[in-house]
Amino acid sequence: MEYISLFVKSIFVDNMIFAYFLGMCSYLAVSKNVKTANGLGLAVIFVLLCTLPLNYLLDTYVLKPGALAWLDPQFAEVDLSFLSFIIFIAVIAAFTQLVEMIVEKFLPGLYSSLGIYLPLIAVNCAILGGSLFMQQRDFVNVGESAVYALGSGIGWYLAIVALAAIREKMSYSNVPAGLRGTGIAFITVGLMGMAFMIFMGIQI
Amino acid sequence: MGKLKETILTPILKGNPITVLVLGICSSLAVTVELKGALVMALSVTIVTGLSSFICSIIRNTIPNRVRIIVQLVVVALMVILVDQFLKAFEATYAIDKSLSVYIGLIITNCIVMGRIEAYALGNKPLPSLLDGLANGVGYGSILLIVAFFRELLGSGTLFGFKVIPQALYDAGYVNNGLVILPPFALILLGCIIWVHRSLDKTLQEK
Repeated sequence: MEYISLFVKSIFVDNMIFAYFLGMCSYLAVSKNVKTANGLGLAVIFVLLCTLPLNYLLDTYVLKPGALAWLDPQFAEVDLSFLSFIIFIAVIAAFTQLVEMIVEKFLPGLYSSLGIYLPLIAVNCAILGGSLFMQQRDFVNVGESAVYALGSGIGWYLAIVALAAIREKMSYSNVPAGLRGTGIAFITVGLMGMAFMIFMGIQI
Repeated sequence: MGKLKETILTPILKGNPITVLVLGICSSLAVTVELKGALVMALSVTIVTGLSSFICSIIRNTIPNRVRIIVQLVVVALMVILVDQFLKAFEATYAIDKSLSVYIGLIITNCIVMGRIEAYALGNKPLPSLLDGLANGVGYGSILLIVAFFRELLGSGTLFGFKVIPQALYDAGYVNNGLVILPPFALILLGCIIWVHRSLDKTLQEK
């Protein structure tokens, strides 16, 4: 039951885009048509789902104050949490490289359609942000962190596909000159965010 | 000398990282509810962008091309750790909000930092790179502060925590706008800033 609550919450209430503005750069750059948005969204879900539990394990057994106690009691005082940024980003960068190589080898079609955006996932704030929020929230086990990763990935995916669909339609409308392109995209995201606000305070 | 001036002024006006290049919006808008958080964030980003551009520019001839992204990430992460530890040390003295730490960490993946290193620092001497990084940080921070100014003024009636809207106005029925505090408003406000900027400078308009 707790898992379901966490899952729904991370999709709608704590949506990566609308509540925290994470991954905004690629969100605005890649949302011009639904097809590429779909591909990138799926890739983000996948990378989040793989890196977040891994980072959770690293955080619990290596980085936290006293986390090294399992190695030897004399390490119980060691606090490596200042290293967490560099470790998390290294895990994410390495993993993205791995995903890129696997996709290139086995799914060349998807690889060419995603192009430059696949390696750019490494610097997508939503991925690092997921790990940092995970650190702040003190999840009790790997399962919770995996559920949180899946939920926030799906939230990001929904947001990017929805915006891409709206932008495809919007190319036919007459927007004031100064607002064309980025400006109207921002205002659209703001309005979508307002719509997502209705999920606030939801209890399951 | 003219070139140096251009290096400094371009990122602030004509090539502003947020309104023109649309880089680095991630995470930063979440700290614009209050001017104080926005100021801390703006300063941190300026320092990180400047210093990491400087360092990457010094070692630019020794980085192998294939692994340059990882090298850059490590340099940026080091700078961010420095800033984060510094803020942690002064957290109690200046009452800096604890939740800011997550967003400071996210500077690593802030596209402007990486973008400036890729686009400028790898092909230029250290000193101009440092200036370019700092100027981009300033251009970025100024937008952050404008957004935070409106959000704090309209949302809480304060600036830097001091009350600016007189009590008499509240007695007359004025109410703080709750929407302004919520995340979506930051995006709408940013859209309006882009609108104003592009209406003033017609060359920036998109077709």
